[in-house]
Amino acid sequence: MSLTAVLYLALAMFSLGLYGVLARRHVVAVLLSIELMFNAANLAIVALSWSRGLLSGVVLVLFSIAITVAEVAVGLSLVLLAARRGKTTVLDDLSELKG
Amino acid sequence: MRDAAFWILALLMLSGAAVVVTARSLVRAAFGLAAALVSTAGLYLLLTAPLLAAIQILLYTGGVLTLVVFAIVVVGGEGPGARLRRPVPAAVFSVAVFASLAWGIRGVDFGPPAGGLDAGAAIGASLFVRDYAVPFELLSVLLLAAVMGALLLARKDRPE
Repeated sequence: MSLTAVLYLALAMFSLGLYGVLARRHVVAVLLSIELMFNAANLAIVALSWSRGLLSGVVLVLFSIAITVAEVAVGLSLVLLAARRGKTTVLDDLSELKG
Repeated sequence: MRDAAFWILALLMLSGAAVVVTARSLVRAAFGLAAALVSTAGLYLLLTAPLLAAIQILLYTGGVLTLVVFAIVVVGGEGPGARLRRPVPAAVFSVAVFASLAWGIRGVDFGPPAGGLDAGAAIGASLFVRDYAVPFELLSVLLLAAVMGALLLARKDRPE
């Protein structure tokens, strides 16, 4: 198990998440894909700090996980609000803030 | 042994991620995410970071997925949102991102890994006492603000 293999794996997961963000229509599916991208970034940070033996990468990922939880809480409450007021959870129909 | 564990976890993680972006049912996508997150926790174990593996399972898989499944139950996971939007350009773009980043790290020699991320006491001292005590406290303020914002947004009798 080399660092390069872990980095390629994180890269593959990041690209899959990017595809999900671009191609999925449901808001919750896009949120799940964003979680994939977050997770890939965390994995890359941990792999790099494993390679160098640095503990600050672990602390950074701890912060990142906590912030992700906050992001999901706010994002899902926005989804609930959109479902209740706009009667839709399809992203293309949620463009009323635009212009 | 470690290599075999790595490839099994990698396979599990990528198939979970593939389920997340392709499954028509959102509940299936959420469980695919659970598979990806748990196998990432296994990878953290292999990368000598057991503390992160525990937190990944407790906070990420336990907390985030509970919230997501609850939201799916409330808003409904099927319907017109199950279709994909312009999948081919999206696939081309994400493959291009993958290729360019992979080209960026090709052939780099990172040297032998140092390891040693399993120093729980040192992480705790760094987080609570030495280096990151103030950011850690600020993080609790951020979480409080996020929870209050989520409550305010999602409550029913919201003042307009």
